[in-house]
Amino acid sequence: MKSSAMRDLMALTERDDVISLAGGLPDTSTFPPDSYASLMRTVAVNSCARALQYAPTEGLALVKRCIADVMRAEGMEVDPDEVLVTTGGQQVIDLVCKTLVDPGDVIVAEAPTYPGAVPTFCAYQADVVQVTMDRDGMRVDELEATLDELERTGRRPKFIYTVPNFHNPAGVTLSLERRRELVRIAQERELMVLEDNPYGLLRYEGERLPTLFSLDAGNFVVYAGTFSKILSPGMRLGWTVAPRPVLEKMNIGKQASDLCSSSLSQYFVAAYFDASPWHDYVRSLIEIYRRRRDVMLDALAEHYPREAEWTHPQGGLFIWATLPAYIDTTDLLARALEQRVAFVPGRAAYIDGRGGSSMRLNFSGVGESEIREGIRRIGEVVCEQVALYGTLTGATPAPSSARGGDPLPVAAETEAQPHRPDDELAKILRLPATRKRAG
Amino acid sequence: MSRVAVLKGGRSLERQVSLRSGARVEEALERLGHDVVSIDVGADLVERLTAEQPEVAFVALHGRDGEDGTVQELLEVMGIAYTGSGVSACIRAADKVLAKHAMRDRGIPTPDFYAFNETAFRELGAAVALPAIEERLRFPIVIKPACQGSALGIKFARTPADVPTALVAAFSYDRKVLLERHVKGRDLAVSILDENGSPRALPIVEAVPREEDFYDFESRYVIGRTTFLCPAALTQAIGDRAAALAVGVYELIGCSGFARVDIMLEAETDELYVLELNAIPGLTETSLLPQAADAAGIGFDELVRRILERAGEGR
Repeated sequence: MKSSAMRDLMALTERDDVISLAGGLPDTSTFPPDSYASLMRTVAVNSCARALQYAPTEGLALVKRCIADVMRAEGMEVDPDEVLVTTGGQQVIDLVCKTLVDPGDVIVAEAPTYPGAVPTFCAYQADVVQVTMDRDGMRVDELEATLDELERTGRRPKFIYTVPNFHNPAGVTLSLERRRELVRIAQERELMVLEDNPYGLLRYEGERLPTLFSLDAGNFVVYAGTFSKILSPGMRLGWTVAPRPVLEKMNIGKQASDLCSSSLSQYFVAAYFDASPWHDYVRSLIEIYRRRRDVMLDALAEHYPREAEWTHPQGGLFIWATLPAYIDTTDLLARALEQRVAFVPGRAAYIDGRGGSSMRLNFSGVGESEIREGIRRIGEVVCEQVALYGTLTGATPAPSSARGGDPLPVAAETEAQPHRPDDELAKILRLPATRKRAG
Repeated sequence: MSRVAVLKGGRSLERQVSLRSGARVEEALERLGHDVVSIDVGADLVERLTAEQPEVAFVALHGRDGEDGTVQELLEVMGIAYTGSGVSACIRAADKVLAKHAMRDRGIPTPDFYAFNETAFRELGAAVALPAIEERLRFPIVIKPACQGSALGIKFARTPADVPTALVAAFSYDRKVLLERHVKGRDLAVSILDENGSPRALPIVEAVPREEDFYDFESRYVIGRTTFLCPAALTQAIGDRAAALAVGVYELIGCSGFARVDIMLEAETDELYVLELNAIPGLTETSLLPQAADAAGIGFDELVRRILERAGEGR
């Protein structure tokens, strides 16, 4: 297990007086308390004893129907028997690792990857190989090169972990062409892909893209979904759909972990889906989050220096900003906390120490005025550091002003760093011969 | 048996470390039979102390506010006896630049250094002087914030190109930073415990980091990341010199109760150099003062008892 200075700093972001753009929280204050009370009453009246009882490990049939409904909304048809209800989407990552990964096994993930997956991968002592992203998501050409290189050293990844929609933390979306390519690669090489899709329904612009699961027809793709972002993370309900042999092993793994996910939550979700069209609340969330995203993008343009770059997410909850290489965002967080504002330092999204000058910014958890003020405060400390660096090196910092044009690709942000040249990429592609063979 | 308020947490970057120290102290105080009041230090500190009416405050805070004399000043105002050093010693110890100047003035060896406020670079063109500083200190140079504990923000500059980046990082933690000559050698910690009014050096702990080339924040607080040797394998003469040096610094700064002095033993010369004094060293499971006390036959409960006993004395 990994502990770090960053974790101790992150603990400070939870202080009441800090504007936290660090969390990944949906805004649950948007859920009407009356509806909550009425749903709880429905559960109490209709299903009290059952809601207070254990549930089957695979989940209740009535909640699996809701899951099928949600998946249909994203263009997937699924047999409820193929669904395993889990304790949040996070448990899917854990169960897949538990089922497949032995210490030293390779997992391929995006660079950056979901910070919440990092401790899970580390706990199972996986050797995580990260593949760069650009504005179209994971670079599949680099993925193929990585897989080739692994193969040459006799290693085979246990699975490829990806968040194709509105990536956490990068904010980018895997293009249709790359989705097809990724599925082709998985099928040709008979490799498993874990498609983590918590944000797919939170799209603020552009056309919906087919999931990897639907493109693959469920042969090599393990799908992870969750109610956390479309209803409530407090319910702790997610699910997975996987090829049967994998699903059966995950079921056994789940029995060992927690027997079953909360029956109470499952009855609540079922009651919620029965009571009214669930899309309505998602639509209301989309409106709120779209405005917050736009406020954050505007604030970034106004307050961040020209040297900074950031992504323009079409959905989801996060923007990924990258500062000049001479600013370390873990150190910067200390200064930002002085100004009572917080973000997630980019290093949290890498296993290999990269990401030092990037940061993840969340726009769903706080209101518009706090987003504006939070970005203003971070922008101020960043501008101070850019100016200080300019003073120290004699370089003239670019004027701090609104930047126009398209957001730059993530790949350019992570690669075009004067102090971190191409050897970063080489680190991924060239694996030391001393690494032991996958068992 | 007394009513003891354990002050912990707070807003400093070392909050988590302090919470761990505080929790451990609370358990010990309870075992010793005291009436323990746990206070996570925040905006309501004065109100809490007024309401709880403790006889003594055990200050288990680290870093800003708790270790720099701020909380001590408040406790003085409120007339509550407290553990550890008084206001002026805390101020001198917390600011590494002040402490190093005091040492240098007294002839106590400390690595050569230059310290600057951010304004020196922003408004006085101090950057132009960097090559001269680099020439005098020689690379690698250690760059650190003046008032930050637990090695947060400490950077190594190995070449001139590293210096601006390291300075920007160090200025993230404080408006004043120091550039210090790197002493290559062994990292020694001499813990001091007040015994009947006179400071006594406990067995010396040597910290040997396992992975990093530097004893950083992470390895300092994560079990297994650093190997601690206690007592450190030193010749009697060097051990005695280090102990005497640490007691000298303790007295120079004007500490009370307990403290920890960090010293480098230079590999090439066998010379000792004092890096800094911590007025409230960590009391976590991996902290050095408890290890040193243990090696001297003083268990954690006894250590806490002795620190508490000296509360309010010697200032």
